[in-house]
Amino acid sequence: MQETLLNVQNLSVSFDRNKILDNLNFSVQKGDILAVIGPNGAGKTVLFRALLGLIPYSGKVNWRNNIKIGYVPQRFIVERDMPLSVGEFLDYKKTGENQMINTLKMVGFHVHDEHHLFHHLLNQPLGVLSGGELQKVLIAFALLVDPKVLLFDEPTTGIDLGGEETIYNLLKKLKDKHGLTIIFISHDIHIVYQYASNVLCINKEKVCFGPPHEALSAEELKKLHGADVGIYEHSSHH
Amino acid sequence: MNLVFDQNLILSLITVGIVGAAAGYLGSIMVLRRLALAGDVLSHVALPGIGIALLYNLNPFLMAFIFLFASSWIIWLLETKTQLPTDALIGILFVASLATGVMIIPNLEKLGEALFGDVSEINIFDAILAVLLSSAVFIIGAKIYKGLVLGTISEDLAIANGVKLRKINLLFLVLVSVVVALGIKVVGTLLMGALIIVSATAAKNLSRNVSRYAFLSTTFGLIAAPSGLLLARGYELSPGPIIILVGVGIFLLSLFGRR
Repeated sequence: MQETLLNVQNLSVSFDRNKILDNLNFSVQKGDILAVIGPNGAGKTVLFRALLGLIPYSGKVNWRNNIKIGYVPQRFIVERDMPLSVGEFLDYKKTGENQMINTLKMVGFHVHDEHHLFHHLLNQPLGVLSGGELQKVLIAFALLVDPKVLLFDEPTTGIDLGGEETIYNLLKKLKDKHGLTIIFISHDIHIVYQYASNVLCINKEKVCFGPPHEALSAEELKKLHGADVGIYEHSSHH
Repeated sequence: MNLVFDQNLILSLITVGIVGAAAGYLGSIMVLRRLALAGDVLSHVALPGIGIALLYNLNPFLMAFIFLFASSWIIWLLETKTQLPTDALIGILFVASLATGVMIIPNLEKLGEALFGDVSEINIFDAILAVLLSSAVFIIGAKIYKGLVLGTISEDLAIANGVKLRKINLLFLVLVSVVVALGIKVVGTLLMGALIIVSATAAKNLSRNVSRYAFLSTTFGLIAAPSGLLLARGYELSPGPIIILVGVGIFLLSLFGRR
């Protein structure tokens, strides 16, 4: 039986009298991988902020009671000389070192001499990590409290997580192994077809919602991007 | 060198030591948040407050604090509620305060004290006030430190993890106002910004994690201020500038240890 984790009704967000999101309705079932797509400025990140209760909105955002939500924000730059170590960063969640190390393994830090290398990693300043490492640490940060839902703002494609691993393989693995429900923002339509069970296209208002092959007709994509440019071509430039 | 360790010197050493340490501690957050220059400007805002205190025989520390807090609160409001360019506004606030302060303060000697500090007349009450308020700064600072650091990396991440960012930002401004008001007695309004920045910048060169960074920044403030005062006393120089120069010396040394 399907279990609804999130139900959104008539969600609107305005900043300074500008409508950023207009009357969104959708729901998320347990085990879904929902992709949120739309052009730049469509309000994708704003939608996440509203879902997390970080900004004021009108309408209803109903999460299942007491659900734990993990949040991976858009990748940000940490300055190289920022004196904050990986261990100190993960310690915000106060889970203890064992949990930290287990979670780091879960997101794909594989090392041979486990004890030594993990301690090395925990003592590294956040700012000297590679893009892929930082992304994995951010996912670990979100996973530390054992969330049931993961909100992921733009998993970066083409980031090297080491080996053949891509960020999406990792997300899929987290879903399959740990029963996570995932909502992610993406620009890349290929990824949506490949990994998402549902897609929500927005451009201020809802343009489409449903399984990718049904929801993403040529008509819908045109409406979403407002031009005759094929989205296949468009996405290959990223 | 010619030093007499009388009661006045000991009280002065305690006062500048604890204020230097508190300035170093808060300065470490200021520098992380790229507020180093804002701190510098903020200290000048105290000048009209000190002027009014001198004119009407009020407590200079209290008036300086009131002016500091009021203006940092105004900046905080402007930052959170409007789209006005904060840096330009801070600049205007700075020159306005400096001009008003210089006009109000009755004579040149008093103006010199306000600009460059004066620890020659520190009494037991000043010392107790400095110790009590600095202790409060450390206790409250320790509670909000981690949240402020997380907010520096990513505001969204901090708020999503339950950090009350707006509230602790305001609290942080109160603490900064307290430390600046205390520090003005030690190094004066012109140099107070340096006392806040210099220890933290040196500590940043030598730290790979936050706990070491905060510890070193505090320690450098604790060392620089009293040793600067001793040097100044020994050679009959003005303490404010010497304290800052000792701090700058520590910063230069830290460059060799850069990670």
